[in-house]
Amino acid sequence: MGNKSLVTIDGNEAAASVAHRVNEVIAIYPITPSSNMGEFADEWSAHGRRNIWGSVPDVIEMQSEGGASGAVHGALQAGALTTTFTASQGLLLMIPDMFKIAGELNSYCMHVAARAVATHALSIFGDHSDVMSCRQTGFGMLASGSVQEAHDMACIGQASTLRSRIPFLHFFDGFRTSHEVSKISELSDDDLKFMITDDLVQAHRERALTPDRPVLRGTAQNPDVFFQAREACNGFYMACPAKVQETMDLFAKRTGRSYRLFDYVGHPQAERVIVMMGSGAEVAHETIEWLSAKGEKVGIVKVRLYRPFSLEAFIAALPKSVRGIAVLDRTKEAGAVGEPLYVDVVTALREAKDTGLSSFAAEPKVIGGRYGLSSKEFTPGCVKAVLDELTKDKAKNHFTVGIVDDVTHLSLPVDSDFDIEPDEVVRGVFFGLGADGTVGANKNSIKIIGEETPNNAQGYFVYDSKKAGAITISHLRFGPRPIRSSYLIKRANFVACHQFVFLEKYDVLEYAQPGSTFLLNAPYGPNEIWDKLPFEVQDSIISRKLKFYVIDAISVARETGMGGRINTVMQTCFFAISGVLPRDEAIAKIKDTIKKTYEKKGAEVVKRNFAAVDETLANLHEVKVPAKATATMKRPPIISDDAPDFVKRVSAVMVANKGDMLPVSAFPVDGTWPTATSQWEKRNIAIDIPVWDEKLCIQCNKCAIICPHAAIRVKVYEPAAIEKAPKTFKSVDYRGPEWKGMKYTVQVAPEDCTGCTLCAVICPAKDKSNPKHKSLDMVPQMPLRAQERENYEFFLDLADPDRTKVKLDNKGSQFLRPLFEYSGACGGCGETPYLKLLTQLFGDRALIANATGCSSIYGGNLPTTPYAVDCNGRGPAWSNSLFEDNAEFGLGYRLAIDMHRKQAGEILGRLAAKIGDELVGALLHADQSTEAGIRAQRERVAALRTKLAGIQDPEARRLEIIADYLVKKSVWLVGGDGWAYDIGYGGLDHVLAMNRDVNVLVLDTEVYSNTGGQQSKATPMGAAAKFAVAGKELGKKDLGMMAMAYNHVYVARVAIGAKDQQSVKAFLEADSYPGSSLIIAYSHCIAHGYDLANGPAQQKLAVDSGIWPLYRWDPRRIAQGLPPLQLDATPDGKTKAADFMRNETRFRMVEKLDSARFQKLLVEAQRETTQRLAIYKHLAGLMVPIGDGTDGPQQPAPEK
Amino acid sequence: MDLSTTYLGLKLSNPLMPGASPLVDDLDMVRRLEDAGASAIVMHSLFEEQLMSEQMASLNTRDAHANSSAEAATYLPEPTEYRLGPEEYLDQLRRIKATVKIPVIASLNGSTPGGWLNYAKLMEQAGADALELNVYFLPTDPAVSAEAVEHNTIEMVQAVKQVVAIPVCVKLSPFYSSLAHFAKRLDAAGADGLVLFNRFYQPDIDVDELEVVRTLHLSDSSELLLRLRWLAILSGRVGTSLAVSGGVHTALDATKAIMSGAHAVQVVSAVLKNGPGQLKTMRHELAAWLEEHEYESLTQMQGSMNLTKCPDPQAYERANYVKILMEWRG
Repeated sequence: MGNKSLVTIDGNEAAASVAHRVNEVIAIYPITPSSNMGEFADEWSAHGRRNIWGSVPDVIEMQSEGGASGAVHGALQAGALTTTFTASQGLLLMIPDMFKIAGELNSYCMHVAARAVATHALSIFGDHSDVMSCRQTGFGMLASGSVQEAHDMACIGQASTLRSRIPFLHFFDGFRTSHEVSKISELSDDDLKFMITDDLVQAHRERALTPDRPVLRGTAQNPDVFFQAREACNGFYMACPAKVQETMDLFAKRTGRSYRLFDYVGHPQAERVIVMMGSGAEVAHETIEWLSAKGEKVGIVKVRLYRPFSLEAFIAALPKSVRGIAVLDRTKEAGAVGEPLYVDVVTALREAKDTGLSSFAAEPKVIGGRYGLSSKEFTPGCVKAVLDELTKDKAKNHFTVGIVDDVTHLSLPVDSDFDIEPDEVVRGVFFGLGADGTVGANKNSIKIIGEETPNNAQGYFVYDSKKAGAITISHLRFGPRPIRSSYLIKRANFVACHQFVFLEKYDVLEYAQPGSTFLLNAPYGPNEIWDKLPFEVQDSIISRKLKFYVIDAISVARETGMGGRINTVMQTCFFAISGVLPRDEAIAKIKDTIKKTYEKKGAEVVKRNFAAVDETLANLHEVKVPAKATATMKRPPIISDDAPDFVKRVSAVMVANKGDMLPVSAFPVDGTWPTATSQWEKRNIAIDIPVWDEKLCIQCNKCAIICPHAAIRVKVYEPAAIEKAPKTFKSVDYRGPEWKGMKYTVQVAPEDCTGCTLCAVICPAKDKSNPKHKSLDMVPQMPLRAQERENYEFFLDLADPDRTKVKLDNKGSQFLRPLFEYSGACGGCGETPYLKLLTQLFGDRALIANATGCSSIYGGNLPTTPYAVDCNGRGPAWSNSLFEDNAEFGLGYRLAIDMHRKQAGEILGRLAAKIGDELVGALLHADQSTEAGIRAQRERVAALRTKLAGIQDPEARRLEIIADYLVKKSVWLVGGDGWAYDIGYGGLDHVLAMNRDVNVLVLDTEVYSNTGGQQSKATPMGAAAKFAVAGKELGKKDLGMMAMAYNHVYVARVAIGAKDQQSVKAFLEADSYPGSSLIIAYSHCIAHGYDLANGPAQQKLAVDSGIWPLYRWDPRRIAQGLPPLQLDATPDGKTKAADFMRNETRFRMVEKLDSARFQKLLVEAQRETTQRLAIYKHLAGLMVPIGDGTDGPQQPAPEK
Repeated sequence: MDLSTTYLGLKLSNPLMPGASPLVDDLDMVRRLEDAGASAIVMHSLFEEQLMSEQMASLNTRDAHANSSAEAATYLPEPTEYRLGPEEYLDQLRRIKATVKIPVIASLNGSTPGGWLNYAKLMEQAGADALELNVYFLPTDPAVSAEAVEHNTIEMVQAVKQVVAIPVCVKLSPFYSSLAHFAKRLDAAGADGLVLFNRFYQPDIDVDELEVVRTLHLSDSSELLLRLRWLAILSGRVGTSLAVSGGVHTALDATKAIMSGAHAVQVVSAVLKNGPGQLKTMRHELAAWLEEHEYESLTQMQGSMNLTKCPDPQAYERANYVKILMEWRG
């Protein structure tokens, strides 16, 4: 027996812990939900943690999963023990190499947090559609269903591949297992050495390519031999299952944990059996044990080794008594006879029958069904529904379970009240805000209970998709026996609501079972709280007989110096009243954990947390619950009644956290959704909002341009328009000459503002007598909410200005209506101001191709989305294809648009006689370089439609469909630096080279933001990022310069917070440039580690220090006899790289790690900055021959 | 010429040393300072308040976004060796100790009673030969009395003296109601030396932007005069060592300070401007001056112009405003 060490970790860490110790090379690329495995491996290697052979594994981040897989293949061929971690699209990118790796019988075990593959939509959540796409590669496939199994199978997979030479794909369910925290028995290094002996490693080494024993692989073979040679590997596949079973037996001998290729659980004479794999099998296991104990003849076969599929082992696992089998697949294979596991089972049974392998009492009937796509809940109720279906004479085949399909009626009815959770399990549900530390505190609590008590512990965390003001719901279970409940808690005996405002939005008490405890954080004492609760909450507390506690955690946190972090306070409350541990013991353990967690973050942090613990107990009060609900206030409707029907029927349900209840019929069949829906989701997440002092305002519109959420806007309008304005609506005379006599207003959207303060920080208008007071000051939202809501509604109804009269500069652009509003981006986001500007300038004629990443999540993650429409119903059309293909995807838009335009032109030519030569000529040769030109063309198209209506010709009908393409369209390819610099660079390069009229906007945060701060090639020198913990040693890739090398590409580098005027110019020039354009936009980000209210100031320092030079490279200038490059900002000479770098944690932590090294990096960064600037300056003075036959550079024409 | 002096009980070859400054961040510079004849190295201060705020800022910027998204548990890497405590300072102290043979004086600005004691101990353990307690505190709160300010400092000095065995000096600002009385109390509390004076960051005003701008100008010799006066007043009246800090740019400046009672002369601005060689130049010029004026040793002139010994003590005591003006006019 190995040394039994118990740890409380999540599935990713469990798998990575083994993988890191039994490999030498780890090549990865971040992708949710597997990123953490790579991060753990990198962190461990960075800390010098060694593998079982005493070496620190080399962890390398590649430019894509395709790249990672190539590196893996090479490392395997050169004899290193190698692994990778991935999921979903990443796994798909690895498939070509996987065929090669398997075809060459490389010993290799990769680890996959199985995740949905994007189809009608992207989903980061778990199912088996990715791993099922790899069935043909020749990989062995091992499935884990729990955190413990993810740990164990990682070892069994590695040992098995070395024994069998078949490469293995070890997978477990994304999120449900990868992110579930659970108490497991940890394998020691000795356990791993026992399983992976030196002779196995030796054999792998001996197969390495080496010039000392040269061989050739990767030959090209012809029809004469390829087939036979392909069949030569068969013996290895035939032998593999037995070798895996031997390995499992060896493992059982060592650890006491026994696994079979197919594990059967249930009644020995079961008649109804489920076959499935992954975490759902744990739920079935739990349910079947419960049902068997009640005498039901049911069972489950858990598939462990899915490939190579052992017919013998499968048949042997099935009880002879079985009469009905339900095969559950966590994937959908549209158009197939059935899903993969179902087809395998049917085939296996038939083959077993044909070969006499099986001896069932009666040939069992088999049905197949789908469950759990994209982490859809799979509960004991679902298991029971499936088993119940098997009792029917005409059991439904190809069913679904866990949803309501009211269209094709494939779904099984599920008893939602079916509940088998034993009372001995403590179940807690905690509602928190992303920023308040609730999840972190709960992770600590699980560790305390898991590691300090004999209890088993399980934690699972649900997040919403917003990045600002995100809600988290933590589900915690503690109990004496192993916990197999891989589903959310429905009936909790402890419910905590860490934010008072949630009570008006969500039914938090729906989780509370009768007699349970309810803990509420509220800014009210035990005597006042009751009257502040909505009626529904009061009613629930009374009818469910809840024990009700209240604490003012914000005050406790503030008074103990913890700011808004209430995690320690709420955790202390939980232990104080839940009774999971004796109170004193619990407090002591919390303090121990605080010390462990925060010691390295500083003594002050520990001290303040301790103070928070002590203060909590004095401020936690039980509330005396009255006998009757007395509140007159009811929970307000989730979405306004004015919303469109679809939003009310579908989006509103999702916003209310009840999306699981929507049936199939609620949804579009092809993933098409309406835009302009974010306006209906009023999130009210700002504590403070800006209030406008119109007397101080200088009407610069800086507040509007920098606002990441389009939640502060400006308008000019006729004085008469405000006659019916609400009383508190503010308005002043417009100051500029262009709209003399008009009125001007700055208006906040109080319920959409995130309270990021950027507008107030950037506002330059100070009160001369009291400069602390500006034209925009932040004040509490609550007292202003109703008043400003009314004002904002009135403001929106004021007519937008005539686009043709707006001056398109930094100020004027802000009078154009943003068609990107109230996104779920982080408060203070540095990316979204660019997107907003894009939509203001071109939104009514823009098509956007958006690479996967932050911008696709805040741009397209349901329930509501931010791209909006103008008063004519026009607005950006937006789509996300993939991460890696976005440039090509966007180019495709252009190809189609150009084709439509061309065809429209051709038909116009052919119908000219009927339409009229003048109109046709005007349509074909329209100058659309200005807003006026575009409007005129729209009017011509309208005139054309009128004409066409009277023309009886099939061509006229064809032209009607494509006539709008005669109006200029603006195609934008949007994505982050991970896309443009790394995974999508090949495609981007090609698209730029094609010189079609597309505009590329790179939102450069210099790091993979969405997946959690992994370095990209845009990461600057000296910055710490994941996979560059010690600070990046190499400089940022100069993407702009690379694009300039093409000569025909328009390139601009911008920083809107530093010089908004230059950004606006660049956007306009990019759009007007007839070829490919590239804008690289500096985007401050939470991954930089500072308060984003300082984002513009940091952008200015980046520009002033020369770290981020602003320029525009316009090939059109060559023909004007001008240097193509214009430097728009040069360093001020005073600001050094260090002045910029020292303000951000990403650099500062490098200094704190090793100040001497940081000094060197600083010097190097300054040198790099100076050198690069010298090159730019040189280029900016460079005359390029026009190429009209004259020699030498042209004399510059005078600047316009 | 014998330039030796005793400061904080430390026998020093000469009174010239670099004062608290970022010069010590660079080990090479520290070596050059020793080569240039610095008699001791004074490190810049460890600011407890800065450590505290950096710890909290780091926690807030890193942890504020942690565990808030399904896709990312954190947005920055988590190194094990993330040193937000005094380690960086203490390491540099150790490195300097290992690099030079001359005494190293560590400097501390605490903000809590626990901080003063804890960091003082750690500095002693890291090898500091003496401690300079930098009482850098601006009492902006009108509710805090002068007595309370002094009392807290005295208590702190007493407490530090109890926990460390190495000599301790106190670096003061000139802004005390009765500096001489306070100096006596510090003497009684066990301070081994007083350093005159601290130089604060001076806030300036940007009249266009209506913003306060923090500035720190290098000193010039005019700043010396305030220090000469207070050295002269305290010299001979307190039992502690005295050091001058601020305004010493030339050998003549140093001579004046020593005559006023300084046992040690701290130089920063002149070294920043002219490099470590400035110390060598000043030492040579000081020796030459003493020789030229036929002094036997440096100690012969130490305190010769203090309040008790100078021929016209009233010149120090009186505010000479009227007289100077009259002379000027004449």
